[in-house]
Amino acid sequence: MTTPAVVTEPELETEKKRPKGKETHDASTGRAGWFVYGALAVIVFLWVVPTLGILLTSFRSRDDSKSGGWWNLFLHPGQFANLTIENYDTAINGTNLGEGFVNSLAIALPATFIPILIAAFAAYAFTFMRFWGRDVLFIIIVSMLVVPNFVSFVPMLRLYRDYTPLGGTFPAVWLFHVGFGMSLAIYMIRNYMSTLPTTVIESAKIDGASHFQTFWQLVLPMSVPVLASFAIFQFLWVWNDLLVALVFLGPGEKAPMTVAISQLLGQQGQGQEFVTAAGMFSMILPIVVFLSLQRFFVRGLTAGAVKG
Amino acid sequence: MAAKALTALLTVLAGVGAALALYWVLNKISEMLPERLEERLKPYFYILPAYAAIVIFVVYPAILTVTYSFQTKVGFPTQEFVGLQNYKDLLSNEAFRQTLLNTLLWIAVVPALTVVLGLMVAVLADRLQTRGENTVKTLIFMPMAISMVGASVVWGLIYDFQPKGRPQVGIQNAIVTSFGGDPIAWVQENTFHLNSFLLMVMLLWMNVGFAMVLLSAAVKGVPGETLEAARIDGANERQIFFRVVVPQIRVTLITVFITVLIGVMKVFDIVYVMTRGNFNTNVLANEFYLQFFNNNDQGKAAAIVVMLMIAIIPIMIYQVRSFRAEEAGR
Repeated sequence: MTTPAVVTEPELETEKKRPKGKETHDASTGRAGWFVYGALAVIVFLWVVPTLGILLTSFRSRDDSKSGGWWNLFLHPGQFANLTIENYDTAINGTNLGEGFVNSLAIALPATFIPILIAAFAAYAFTFMRFWGRDVLFIIIVSMLVVPNFVSFVPMLRLYRDYTPLGGTFPAVWLFHVGFGMSLAIYMIRNYMSTLPTTVIESAKIDGASHFQTFWQLVLPMSVPVLASFAIFQFLWVWNDLLVALVFLGPGEKAPMTVAISQLLGQQGQGQEFVTAAGMFSMILPIVVFLSLQRFFVRGLTAGAVKG
Repeated sequence: MAAKALTALLTVLAGVGAALALYWVLNKISEMLPERLEERLKPYFYILPAYAAIVIFVVYPAILTVTYSFQTKVGFPTQEFVGLQNYKDLLSNEAFRQTLLNTLLWIAVVPALTVVLGLMVAVLADRLQTRGENTVKTLIFMPMAISMVGASVVWGLIYDFQPKGRPQVGIQNAIVTSFGGDPIAWVQENTFHLNSFLLMVMLLWMNVGFAMVLLSAAVKGVPGETLEAARIDGANERQIFFRVVVPQIRVTLITVFITVLIGVMKVFDIVYVMTRGNFNTNVLANEFYLQFFNNNDQGKAAAIVVMLMIAIIPIMIYQVRSFRAEEAGR
């Protein structure tokens, strides 16, 4: 599978260097008239204002926040002097959100790293080994991509409870994410591996390297970009998940941030300045990961577009 | 909390270590076999853990779910086979039919609108200089990184409602009251399914960036010669877009549509957090959760999942067919 999101067409690049806004006779891309600027300005404004609203509200004092919306900051600039980080202090130390942050990490990290290795081995076999039933077995994995995780909740909760000591523990959630992330991981990694030069692998074989050695020393290092893409995609997926955590862990001392905040939102009478601080706190890590590793994330998203 | 963080870290290491150990053991086992058998069986050893994970967590539970859907409350002494009773009960229930209708509304509105808006932003941003284009894209794309719970915090503030006379904190009610109107409890307002549409706006906000990123790449991939040729033939910009560009990005359009569609069919977080399914905003996934945990009726919960699975099957078939076509063209 190609990853079109990271491909830049050289000829389009040069076209873009033309001065903007000037009408040229060959009407092509790179032309931005007032309509384009206007429309984009409106869309970007609509997209950014909601986030800006909670960002500003989260720093406002309780009294200011009660007296009106965040836009009052701009109507009465004097209120900028009242901005405070107290709300974050209350959110992190006054509630179980700090604990939720640790729980979210404890859930998301293993749920990200365990499937990578397992999937890489399987992807290696599907790409470089010949065996009976290979194509059918891979087609089954492709068809599993779109299966929503709802199908497993009722039986898995029961299986965990009746046959394992895993009921209500972190490993129960990891394993569930491993199972449902697996088909995507194999699909992505295999598609990437099949673009690796086969000659390199062939020559390693001739030099007497075993499959195990070829995998560890050659194919795995060469596959680092796709492993990173999957890791970021899966990490954000698990970090942002509410339903799986709600089903297998529920509210309580093991609850991740998504569950803790959804409980918070369910309670009446919470001030918006506090709720927004809690919300911002839960978004910091995904936004940092996203902004710093956008390129990998986009590639993961492109390849993982079909995840069910 | 430090102790908890340490425990969390240790469990992480133990989990990853166990995965590593597993492969080392599997490789050792396969090496102990006679050489001919080793070559033959090794591939199966390599895919075994992956397949085990898929079978244990996806395939086997899916089969169990189908059987549960024909039973009463699973796990209770009264568990018994009731045939299609769960389905009959659900479908004859007016509230459930309304839930189905709401889900269909989501399906009808969100995927199509996401694709249209995403394509619009992609095409417009493509006309900016690279720097401006990247900034616009990042800003539109960012909501994709945050959770639906986070999005609920964001939009909860937009739709916030304070009783008449109190200062409005939510921007929508601030606008309404500044024009002299009475504040509206947006998420409770079900006239013409207004509240459902407001929840859909949240999903649009999150998904348009995703559609834009994929479609933007596809639009950039359209060969310049085809555009030039159309221009020489005297086509105007609109004709070029609909007759030349759109047909060439068809596959990406479908991929984005299907991806969003799958997401919409199982949308849960937004509804659960914003309304708990009240005020006639309920959707299938939330109804599943309610049946499962609030009513403790696993039979009906399973029946809902089976309905969802049946709806997914055509997508699954399409997925496999397009994969086959892609492989054939490789």
